[in-house]
Amino acid sequence: MNTPARPHIMTEHLTVHYGRQRVLQDISLAIPDRQITAIIGPSGCGKTTLLKSFNRLIELQENVRVSGKVLVDGENIFDPQIDVTRLRKKMGLLLQRPQVLPMSIFDNVAYGRRIHGCKNRRLLGEIVEKYLTMAGLWDEVRDRLHGPASQLSIGQQQRLCLARALAVEPEIILCDEPTSALDPASTQHIEQIFMELKKDYTIVIVTHILRQARRLADHVLFLYLGELVEHGPAHRIFDTPQQARTRDYILGIIS
Amino acid sequence: MTARTFKEVCAHSLMRTVAGFVISLAFLMAFGLYLRARPILVTKPLEELLFHTVWNPSQGQFGLANFIISTIWVTAIALIIAVPLSVFTAIYLSEYAPAKIRNIARPVVDLLAGISPVVYGVWGILAIVPIVRDYLMPFFSEHLPFFPFASDNYTGFCTLTAGIVLAVMTFPIIISVTEEVVSRVPFELREASLALGATKWQTIKLTVLKKARPGIIAAIILGVSRAFGETMAVLMVAGCAIQGFPRSIFDPAYPLPALIANTYGEMMSVPLYDAAVLLAAFILLLVTMLCNIAGWGILLRTERRGM
Ligand SMILES: Nc1ncnc2c1ncn2[C@@H]1O[C@H](COP(=O)(O)OP(=O)(O)OP(=O)(O)O)[C@@H](O)[C@H]1O
Ligand SMILES: [Mg+2]
Repeated sequence: MNTPARPHIMTEHLTVHYGRQRVLQDISLAIPDRQITAIIGPSGCGKTTLLKSFNRLIELQENVRVSGKVLVDGENIFDPQIDVTRLRKKMGLLLQRPQVLPMSIFDNVAYGRRIHGCKNRRLLGEIVEKYLTMAGLWDEVRDRLHGPASQLSIGQQQRLCLARALAVEPEIILCDEPTSALDPASTQHIEQIFMELKKDYTIVIVTHILRQARRLADHVLFLYLGELVEHGPAHRIFDTPQQARTRDYILGIIS
Repeated sequence: MTARTFKEVCAHSLMRTVAGFVISLAFLMAFGLYLRARPILVTKPLEELLFHTVWNPSQGQFGLANFIISTIWVTAIALIIAVPLSVFTAIYLSEYAPAKIRNIARPVVDLLAGISPVVYGVWGILAIVPIVRDYLMPFFSEHLPFFPFASDNYTGFCTLTAGIVLAVMTFPIIISVTEEVVSRVPFELREASLALGATKWQTIKLTVLKKARPGIIAAIILGVSRAFGETMAVLMVAGCAIQGFPRSIFDPAYPLPALIANTYGEMMSVPLYDAAVLLAAFILLLVTMLCNIAGWGILLRTERRGM
């Protein structure tokens, strides 16, 4: 397959079980550097599980068993010597529903830097401004930085979560259906930001909205019942899918 | 009106009446106590009743201060012991303990909450009193003979003992409410913090506990109201004597509930005596009610905010 450039994340024979149920089966894939990769597939096919394997959040689930490898920048992340906090610092995460921390807008963005030891208030102030600007939120919240983050609208909250993730200077942004709780305007806003961010970041986005995948993705992974059915450049997956199941999914025959 | 709607209306109004009755009972009780305490409230200024230390009913002196101070002492000691221990226990149970331990610990905690206070009292006499008498009191009077440890009460029945027994009695409520609010913090919020590279402890300390804080405060307030009103166990281990102003944790304590239980019904021929004791009961009821309202109020409010 024509995997472009340098892969940023690779998996080799990744298999995940919850108890006896096998949720991901022998997945080997490569996620290209500084592009947008969309993970598509019907509900329950293991998209979230795959995404959370990349930063080892999957380990928080009870009864989970993971085998195979995930390589980030060539390092196997399940290696016992890997520092998991360092690994997670490399990857920002956006969840389906924005999860603002129970504190002010400022503290939300500064949170990551603070836990990694930054105490300098001036520096933190600059960081907060920089990343809120990058997430397109600065102008809306500059006057209430110290107000509670929970009072923002859901769309603003999601952008705040993005700013918070960017502030720890990750290389990768993982998103699990980041716009599914948002209205169309906020969705468009977030998508625009992604298009700009992909110059500097590797973005992996789980989505069940095919049109969104078409709009954003350079590279597409199609999962079906825990199997990686097909992956490749977006135009190839959408225009000339090789597998019958991919074609059916794209035409809306299976869902 | 059809038969069905008739029944519906009857059921509705019956339930409303019963609920109204039960709720107004609390207010009736408070009002009744107030009425019975009124004679002393009109003859003596309130500040004398609350802040004077001399309790000598036959001389017409009804200073409740020593009893109030005793109650505060005992409650404070109970909380100083109970709050950190039970909050840490709750955090351990909800965040760290494997499901197996959690599933055993939960019913045990609930069981502890249901044990009769008399049993705690007996346990206090058999286990805590000797420890305080034989080890703590001698140790402190030898090495730290100053406020609030200096005392000449060598019986072991004292403020500290009562505080310890009360602490154990307030564990269950603080643990179970705290555990509940902590485990109700959404899983995704923890994920959000961990995904930023926070360690588990950082996540708990900075995010989970912050989110759960109102609930934990409510748990503590509910614990206070339990400790504040507890009678039987305290009566059995506190010594219940007034030797002047209670200055030491090793002095006997005589908290309000013990006063009421011990003296109400006796010496009722002494004028105003019964009004004074009922005033104590009124104060107790009021404070406990306020604590409970505050506690549940905080809990409900955080719930409505979608915790
Ligand atoms: N903690 C868990 N324990 C057991 N089974 C789980 C757990 N989490 C997910 N599963 C199961 O694993 C499968 C894959 O779940 P996953 O959340 O990865 O799917 P998904 O593709 O993200 O679905 P959706 O589009 O609905 O979000 C599902 O069948 C789900 O029921
Ligand atoms: Mg999902």
